[in-house]
Amino acid sequence: MPTITFIEANGQSTSIDVQEGWSLMQAATANGVEGILGECGGSCACATCHCYVDDLMAKVLAAPSQGELDMLDNVADERRPNSRLACQIKASAAMDGATVRLPATQE
Amino acid sequence: MDSGHIVIVGAGQAGTQTAEALRSGGFTGAITMLGDEPHGPYHRPPLSKAWLAGDIGEAQLVMRAPEMLAKKGITLRTGVKVEAIDRAAQQVRLAGGETLAYTGLVLATGSTPRSLPLPGITAPNVLPLRSKDDASAIAARLVRCAEKSLPVLVIGGGFIGLEVAATARKKGLAVTVLEAAPRLLGRVLAPLLSDWYAALHRAHGVNLVLDARIAAIETDATGEACAVQMADGSRHPCGLVVLGVGVAANDQLAAAAGLACDRGIVVDDCTRTADPLIVAAGDCTARQLADGGLLRLESVQNATEQGKCAAAALLGQPRPFTATPWFWSDQYDKKLQMAGLSGGADAWAVRGDMGGDVGSNTAAGTTFSIYHFRAGTLIGVDSVNAAKDHLQARKLLDAGVSPTPEQAADAAFDLGSLIPKG
Repeated sequence: MPTITFIEANGQSTSIDVQEGWSLMQAATANGVEGILGECGGSCACATCHCYVDDLMAKVLAAPSQGELDMLDNVADERRPNSRLACQIKASAAMDGATVRLPATQE
Repeated sequence: MDSGHIVIVGAGQAGTQTAEALRSGGFTGAITMLGDEPHGPYHRPPLSKAWLAGDIGEAQLVMRAPEMLAKKGITLRTGVKVEAIDRAAQQVRLAGGETLAYTGLVLATGSTPRSLPLPGITAPNVLPLRSKDDASAIAARLVRCAEKSLPVLVIGGGFIGLEVAATARKKGLAVTVLEAAPRLLGRVLAPLLSDWYAALHRAHGVNLVLDARIAAIETDATGEACAVQMADGSRHPCGLVVLGVGVAANDQLAAAAGLACDRGIVVDDCTRTADPLIVAAGDCTARQLADGGLLRLESVQNATEQGKCAAAALLGQPRPFTATPWFWSDQYDKKLQMAGLSGGADAWAVRGDMGGDVGSNTAAGTTFSIYHFRAGTLIGVDSVNAAKDHLQARKLLDAGVSPTPEQAADAAFDLGSLIPKG
């Protein structure tokens, strides 16, 4: 299980051993990371699981789908080159040690 | 209110949101969340989609792990039925006789699937879809239908029924959808889009029957539903009947306690009832509008937003829920996202390409939005595989800004340019 660290805008850091195949949104919300809302349950419909991925994560990830890109165009906080939706990121062994930072607001 | 005991009846999206918003709002007293299901808070939306399809496991439905709630000082009790509210004594009575005193009470009781007065409706393989247990039962039946090559029959061409139909088709099962109205999703979609969805399902091989008049559900010697008989004498054999004919708000507790109910617990725009200690949130509510009408919304957004408002109201900082309603539905590879309420529209404009006639709209590249206007004002936007249009629409509607129908239909016109900055 890869260990992934979520850092909230207020600096609060939570490291979670994420089951492979789970989305980062599922892991974060089930484990009480408040900076991710994931209101739609992972359907890529609400853009409330916006996150900023680090270089390690970015290298492993496939490019975002058009649907994810469209949602990212309209996230509540600043969109950056490393912006992704946590519900669209499935955990894999190669992500072990990666860090994901969360924006101050999701809506 | 930084001490006391807030009791939340309901452990779904609205109840969980309220509990967490109470904590983030600074409430330091006790919080008890009572769920009548045996499960802790879980995501309902995937039940008819990814979970039913087997794409995600049970653990991935978990909305909040019970130990995370405990860490926040939220006491979760599952499998608990609340029998009555005693407003004078400020307590709720649970099945078994236990009473819980409250200083604030949140009703987040959700809704119950409607049934139909049909012979055979109580057969064990006639199933609604609301809870995780419902979805588990349907999933098990889908496996049996596949093994025995039996068709799935869906009664009701609403979102739940159509999502189940799409999931069953993806699994290769034969599917018949029976809808009593002349079109699909008639309560929420414009005819243009109803027709488009009918074509979509037919292109995917669904046997879609509109204006369907059902006479009875036929049961076999074992008591299982084996066919649906129609008023015209025709018959649809099946191994499973999924009932998707809407829900009724769970307002019985509130009504019995003397709170105003009208197909839902009547609340103001800050989720308050007439009792200053009682608020209500989510599917169970009927929100009073400025024009005197009542608005019932069954959506994740309504549950989360009313949950936040309910917490704020109990903390003495009432704030209204005024954001544009939004909703979504996944069927096949098409994601419908709705912003605003398009009922009462007198004109519409289509942006993008609806994909032409029957069959061709299964094309992967299809992406469009329908902009609904009333008296020249934008009131709602329905987008299919057009997330950008949807999110822009929410911003336009939140800001009360309307494009003209011509601008909406012109793909070269940047609707984002109309959204006020900051």
